Amino acid sequence: MPRYRNGTQPVPFPTPVTQPFWDGTKQHKLLLQKCSACAHVFYYARTHCPACLAKEFEWVEASGRGTLYSYTVCRRAQSPDFAEDTPYILAAVTLEEGPRMSSLLVDADPENVPIGGPVRVVWDDDVSADLAMPYFTPA
Amino acid sequence: MAGLRGEAAIVGSAEWAPKRKPDKLWMGLEAYAELARMALEDAGLKASDVDGVITGTNLMEARMLVPSAIAEYLGIRANFFDVVDLGGATGAAMAWRAAAAIEAGMCETVVCLVQTQMSPPDPRVEQAAVARDWGGGIWGSPQAEFEIPFGHVQGTYGYAMIANRYRYEFGLKEEQLAKIAVEQRFNAQQHPKAVFRGQPITLDDVMNSPMICDPLKLLEIVMPCFGGAALVITSKEKARQSKNRPAWIIGAGEHLTHRSVTYEPDFTHSPIKPSADRAFAMSGLKRSEIDLASLYDCYTITVLLTIEDAGFCDKGEGPRFVDEHNMTYLGDWPMNTHGGQLSFGQSGLAGGMSHVTEAYLQIAGRAEGRQLAKCDTAFVNGNGGIMSEQVSLILRGD
Repeated sequence: MPRYRNGTQPVPFPTPVTQPFWDGTKQHKLLLQKCSACAHVFYYARTHCPACLAKEFEWVEASGRGTLYSYTVCRRAQSPDFAEDTPYILAAVTLEEGPRMSSLLVDADPENVPIGGPVRVVWDDDVSADLAMPYFTPA
Repeated sequence: MAGLRGEAAIVGSAEWAPKRKPDKLWMGLEAYAELARMALEDAGLKASDVDGVITGTNLMEARMLVPSAIAEYLGIRANFFDVVDLGGATGAAMAWRAAAAIEAGMCETVVCLVQTQMSPPDPRVEQAAVARDWGGGIWGSPQAEFEIPFGHVQGTYGYAMIANRYRYEFGLKEEQLAKIAVEQRFNAQQHPKAVFRGQPITLDDVMNSPMICDPLKLLEIVMPCFGGAALVITSKEKARQSKNRPAWIIGAGEHLTHRSVTYEPDFTHSPIKPSADRAFAMSGLKRSEIDLASLYDCYTITVLLTIEDAGFCDKGEGPRFVDEHNMTYLGDWPMNTHGGQLSFGQSGLAGGMSHVTEAYLQIAGRAEGRQLAKCDTAFVNGNGGIMSEQVSLILRGD
């Protein structure tokens, strides 16, 4: 039984370009890309820097800390895949390194979710043999 | 500034009443043919006058080469054709593209056609599962990999996150959003085609409707319908001969930054501002000279942000603006007099078109029981995705 989900949700299916990111999740590493030309740090994994379109980059490990930019509590499932999980909290997290990231906020009180508050990554290892899902929880 | 010269105008429209379920099986081409016929009849023009076609991406009978399928079926000899793929902003985007093509001398009379996207009713094959997230659930798409598995699907969650962020930064009472829904429902009572005609609502009704994604409640969320719409846009020469008062397209702007709302640069400062600023600068009109605001309203929060970002009040003043104005067709700041999509109905891409159509009908003096005493100018905003594609228009009557 997955730690945070009931097992009906879709699981990411990596491409050759995104594979290193998902390989990192197996070791509980949240990997970002840093552009070699302009030093922009970005998420999600892709071939070209969204700030300057250079295609040289290095993978850098994020601290896993960030702040909650915004959230919503889904009282009614917005996808049939999540029907068993209501209420669940969707979040946009601003990582310490700069990029924003879509995720779930877990182990949080739906009636008291602090925007602007600190969050940290937690990992769900049970969704797939090939990867772990990075979720966030109030820090 | 350079831009549209205001030498093309909307002179006719057609709109099917949004329905919860289709009343018959319309194939896409059949629907487009009937919508075009109705709009041309409304404009007082002949089928042979049409030499331009703009349509949405969806046609159940064709996955590509859509304009040619339509031109052939309708018998149009087109000098200009385009497909617009801008979600809810498609209708507004079609209008200025048609005007630009006409002013550039590419064509003289354009029909703009939209309808609800339907799955092909092919009796030979099993229905494939609908791709999640507005067509983004395809292997290799960032949505399929970094959004959908995290539950970030469809639109409601995104607008709810925007509303929560807005409340955090500027303060917002849920009653202020609810007032938008109530006043638009009031307007819809005077539209014979509105899906919620005959069902007025109160502030309590909205506040007591089920919470879907905090803070958005059921009655602040648009209801999917089936339908279709068409506009006829023509040259100065033809528009001057029209039996209807033309609505000249005198300003337009667009802006787009993201698909997933997570990557919107700032949740509370939407891409509407550059779009609206361009449209106003092109038109030469001031905000205070606008008689009708026709603002895309998939959710109440969309309207609030549009009022601010289109420049009708300062950033952060939207909630007070909503409190202080009566936004009905009887009020001091008429907005979405057709009921908006929240109360008129959202028939896919035709929902976005309804804001253009209403602006045209008001300027033409054809808005029946909800007609404004004076409507010579209108501001229209189209919005796609989650505050993503933004298209602004300014229309003016003679």
